[in-house]
Amino acid sequence: MLEIEIDGQKLEVPDGSTVMDAANRLGLHIPHFCYHKKLSIAANCRMCLVQVERAPKPLPACATPVTNGMKVQTHSEQAVTAQKGVMEFLLINHPLDCPICDQGGECQLQDLAVGYGASSSRYQEEKRVVMNKNLGPLISTDMTRCIHCTRCVRFGQEIAGVMELGMANRGEHSEIMTFVGHTVDSELSGNMIDLCPVGALTSKPFRYSARTWELSRRKTVSPHDSLGSNLIVQVKHDEVKRVLPLENEDVNECWISDRDRFSYEALNGEERLTKPMIKQNGQWLEVDWQTALEYAASSLRRVTDEHGAGKVGMLAAPYATVEELYLGAQLMRGLGGGSIDTRLRQSDFGLDGKLSGTPWLGMKIADVSKLNAALVVGSFLRKDHPLLAQRLRQAARRGTRVSALGVSGEDWLMTTHARVTVAPSQLAAELAGLVKAAADIRGVAAPAAAASASVSDAARRIAQSLIDDGARAIFLGAVVQQHAQAAGLHALAQELARLTGATLGYLGEGANSVGAAVVGAQTGLNPQQMFAGDLRACVLLHAEPELDAANPAAAVEALKRADTVIVMSPFKTGLDYADCLLPVSPFTETSGTFVSIEGRIQSFHAVVRPKGETRPAWKVLRVLGSMLELGGFRFDSSEQVRDEALSGATGWLPEYKLGNTASDVACATPAAVEGLQRVADFPIYRNDALARRAPALAATRDSAVPSARISTGTAQAAGLATAKRVRVRSAAGACELDLTLDDTVPASCVRVSAGWPQTAPLGALSGTLNVEAV
Amino acid sequence: MNAPENPQAILLAGLDGDNTWGIEHYIKRGGYSALRKILESGMTPEQIIAEVKKSDLRGRGGAGFPTGLKWSFMPRQFPMDKYVVCNSDEGEPGTFKDRDLLRYNPHLVIEGMAIAGYVMGCTRGYNYIHGEIFSLYQRFEEALAEARAAGFIGKNILGKGFDFDLFAHHGWGAYICGEETALLESIEGKKGQPRFKPPFPASHGLYGKPTTINNTETFAAIPWIINNGGEAFQALGKPNNGGTKIFSVSGHVNRPGVYEIPLGTPFSTLLEMCGGMRGGRKLKAVIPGGSSAPVLPGDIMMDCTMDYDSISKAGSMLGSGAVIVMDETTCMVKSLERLSYFYHEESCGQCTPCREGTGWLYRMVHRIEHGQGRPDDLDTLDNVASNIAGRTICALGDAAAFPVKSFIKHFRSEFEYHVEHKHCLVPVDVQREGSRIYVEHAAC
Ligand SMILES: Cc1cc2nc3c(=O)[nH]c(=O)nc-3n(C[C@H](O)[C@H](O)[C@H](O)COP(=O)(O)O)c2cc1C
Ligand code: SF4
Ligand code: FES
Repeated sequence: MLEIEIDGQKLEVPDGSTVMDAANRLGLHIPHFCYHKKLSIAANCRMCLVQVERAPKPLPACATPVTNGMKVQTHSEQAVTAQKGVMEFLLINHPLDCPICDQGGECQLQDLAVGYGASSSRYQEEKRVVMNKNLGPLISTDMTRCIHCTRCVRFGQEIAGVMELGMANRGEHSEIMTFVGHTVDSELSGNMIDLCPVGALTSKPFRYSARTWELSRRKTVSPHDSLGSNLIVQVKHDEVKRVLPLENEDVNECWISDRDRFSYEALNGEERLTKPMIKQNGQWLEVDWQTALEYAASSLRRVTDEHGAGKVGMLAAPYATVEELYLGAQLMRGLGGGSIDTRLRQSDFGLDGKLSGTPWLGMKIADVSKLNAALVVGSFLRKDHPLLAQRLRQAARRGTRVSALGVSGEDWLMTTHARVTVAPSQLAAELAGLVKAAADIRGVAAPAAAASASVSDAARRIAQSLIDDGARAIFLGAVVQQHAQAAGLHALAQELARLTGATLGYLGEGANSVGAAVVGAQTGLNPQQMFAGDLRACVLLHAEPELDAANPAAAVEALKRADTVIVMSPFKTGLDYADCLLPVSPFTETSGTFVSIEGRIQSFHAVVRPKGETRPAWKVLRVLGSMLELGGFRFDSSEQVRDEALSGATGWLPEYKLGNTASDVACATPAAVEGLQRVADFPIYRNDALARRAPALAATRDSAVPSARISTGTAQAAGLATAKRVRVRSAAGACELDLTLDDTVPASCVRVSAGWPQTAPLGALSGTLNVEAV
Repeated sequence: MNAPENPQAILLAGLDGDNTWGIEHYIKRGGYSALRKILESGMTPEQIIAEVKKSDLRGRGGAGFPTGLKWSFMPRQFPMDKYVVCNSDEGEPGTFKDRDLLRYNPHLVIEGMAIAGYVMGCTRGYNYIHGEIFSLYQRFEEALAEARAAGFIGKNILGKGFDFDLFAHHGWGAYICGEETALLESIEGKKGQPRFKPPFPASHGLYGKPTTINNTETFAAIPWIINNGGEAFQALGKPNNGGTKIFSVSGHVNRPGVYEIPLGTPFSTLLEMCGGMRGGRKLKAVIPGGSSAPVLPGDIMMDCTMDYDSISKAGSMLGSGAVIVMDETTCMVKSLERLSYFYHEESCGQCTPCREGTGWLYRMVHRIEHGQGRPDDLDTLDNVASNIAGRTICALGDAAAFPVKSFIKHFRSEFEYHVEHKHCLVPVDVQREGSRIYVEHAAC
């Protein structure tokens, strides 16, 4: 420990602390621009100059290491003169037109200029003008305002893992720019907007739509992935104008993904459903709530009476709230045995009833940072879990050995220990190889399923990293969960965990997939059985099976066959198979609760009033329950629903409810597959109903029209080396797509993204495809 | 090479223009004997550092930091990679000495670096050579090949189990790459931008490893010190200012060029060696240590001796030993405009005071020079320069500020005249006459 005195206050700080760290501990504010606690130290803005006893000149607090007995003055004449001098330099070339700058009101330069700036400028020369840059659809530039703090550059290099912005040229001609002709495409890019202390980088969708002081700040939780990112939603006139991170070091730190940030545009979009509608004689009619609810209730009643509740089902998105899912489950149960599920994308349910609890991360999110080794199996990590990827990236920078076994060789923008990329059908063989390698290292016999597996060098390296001392984990991603051998792959991963001593965890599909399982929203027939069987009545809660089902084509068929399909959604959707649309609140217009992948229970309030006649879904379900005269719907508030649903748990789910250990599940055996296998991902902005409808996200490179992606080698072998456009056929259907050569796709595979109407006719997410040039 | 045979020279002694740079001539001149002496006598790194300390050799790159002390900072016992780097970027306006060393005596630098490698336990060295004169880089590569073939660098040097390899690296013409940490960034393949210090290169240098950086001329002095002893080197100069120093003399003298003289030699003597003032004109001002050093009026300069302490006492710096001589035909405003333009152009742009301030300084001086000065400009200039100095990441900020402050301090009336009369104090035709090249003198 080192002793330091700042402005007369003494304290002790750990070795290696800077003067800025020490001041922060004391709650003293030292003016700064380039310093950011999550970024490396650049010490380039010079705003934080302070007086240090016995130093001949002022020193930057952000970069000056504390030495024992150091005495610092942050407000002495020397310090303030230096700070004012720097402020003057920053302002000479900075436009002084705050009233027309989008950053006005939340500009660090503006704020500090009030304290350190002069009332008029001594600078009589011409001001610098810098050309703006096109960084893509999300970030707007006003580069003349840039103060060269390089926070955006360091964010790219260090946090996003890719240097998309850099400072080109020298001296006064220095400019922040991308590589020639490139845009900023990182899935975390919006954080640069927050980091930019001035108005150089601002939000393109938000640009000029409100002044910050007109906005009220409300807290909520992101529905877009299983992490549970804490959000600040900024609201004006009951409209969401902007979304920012709410810092929570244990969850999202101070970041959010672009999906969290920009999906809000869908909330105010044209596609919003604002009035209940029912279809009569093939015509959609807007009706009042009473009519619509009576229609829905009587349809459900009629089908139940005629066909039995076994023919009634509810499909909810995994980002429906605890309250919605609990009441949905009540409704289905109340009807006398209806089914409910959120796992639309899953096709193997062999783990049902076999697990020791609800599948979860297996640890706290914060503990991911402390891992010594991690193996991620079957995940499009950056796109499915952008911030968890970021956490692993930081861990990797500190030495965590991150390995990957998956179906795509896409760059994770972090140092990986080992990577194995294979066709989906080979995941079992590779996992068996890992199990065998682990058994060999441990000197024990491998389980039968892995006894004859072949062990690659990479497998041995991975197994060793999972055995070496320290915290270690195996995470199963969406590809495993959606795999036709999901249960068998789990069994192999569980063997690997047992042999290595690593923790087994799931990365989780949606914001509330853990909550869904806990509140009983996965009971009765599973989605596959519902679609395959004779489903007569179906309630869709936020779910869009035409894009989200494991087999969209089969799902739509089933829905079209049903007598009644009641859509509860914020959006006008399902018009071709539904007969009743009920406008229900998106997460911003209802109170609710998500249980994140680490078992964290996070409740939130509505941040705006429901749009038009929209109503919170939990209230709609409550009314439906009452109309159907089912018991158990007498709640006055969503909090009461939550407390009953979670048996009063707050903060965290009790650990006994969580568990990734399966018993009695056979290990998967490698399936021999002939022909080209489909690799399917849900692109980051095609993953949920909100993201899909956000125009700015739709304009990013991640939302490029889907193509058939194939490696160069496979293309040559299949005679497709020169093909531009191809016809892709599956057992279920066909579509025509552009062909893209992409060497991250494993051999003998074609990657065709799901989540797009264009590719929905192909049906199953897995299986073989026939690809021909057209 | 202006001085054909200079009895006082040790670094440039025994050279015959472009004919004697090769290894055979170098060995004939006694070259590589210092390296041989060390390896064969088993002189320890500690003993060598002690000699270098005794020699009072101070860094020739600008700051004049005692070389022996710098070498002692290296954690030489630690078994990790360590580097020795030679700074031949030589971008300081007025400085043109390292290029002569590299062109006419490259093996001297190689030998000095190999000894430094031995002392500090480095197995690799780099010589960063500026890109402006590409032939220097090519010559150095040739010299390296000769040294390698002769076994003076590479594995198991002279069969004594000492490994040291040396590589040349060339820049592309950015002045800032002469700043030692920008130079390291540049070698690493990054944009040449200075690093914040601490950590210093001795603990966190090239590729994050302990590194010692010295100027070309500093390394070149080492073999002589080994062969003749630190005390002898010190005795060449004066206490705290050991040895000879190569001065690059430019400006209004009859024979501008490179002069190696003992430190402590009176400036007047150096001026005589250069053939005195051109056209017998009056000495007006001298920048004694490269463009970054404060300017001194001629009469103060005539009382100085050419060494670190004397020049520093007079209010300037010996710097890299670039002596820029100005006679009475010089407009000081125009001179400063030229200097300020240089720093404005060469700022790396990373830190605020330098990026913004150098442009401001240049624009103000430019305005004054072009008859648009305002009465309060001089105070503003001085104050802006003060706001840059000492507040930047590297010393380029200081280098940009010192000339401004010193020009205004010593020649304020000339600036005031300019502001008031909108033209130079020195009539333009006089300036023009003064800038004419005297062909008859240039021949000698
Ligand atoms: C802007 C700037 C430019 C510099 N250029 C050079 C140069 O061209 N050559 C040089 O030897 N040192 C240069 N230096 C000084 C070096 O940073 C460093 O102090 C020197 O190389 C150390 O060597 P020495 O101890 O042998 O003098 C420069 C410093 C600054 C701030
Ligand atoms: S002082 Fe100038 S050259 Fe040095 S780091 Fe700062 S901006 Fe770059
Ligand atoms: S905050 Fe310290 S220099 Fe920028």
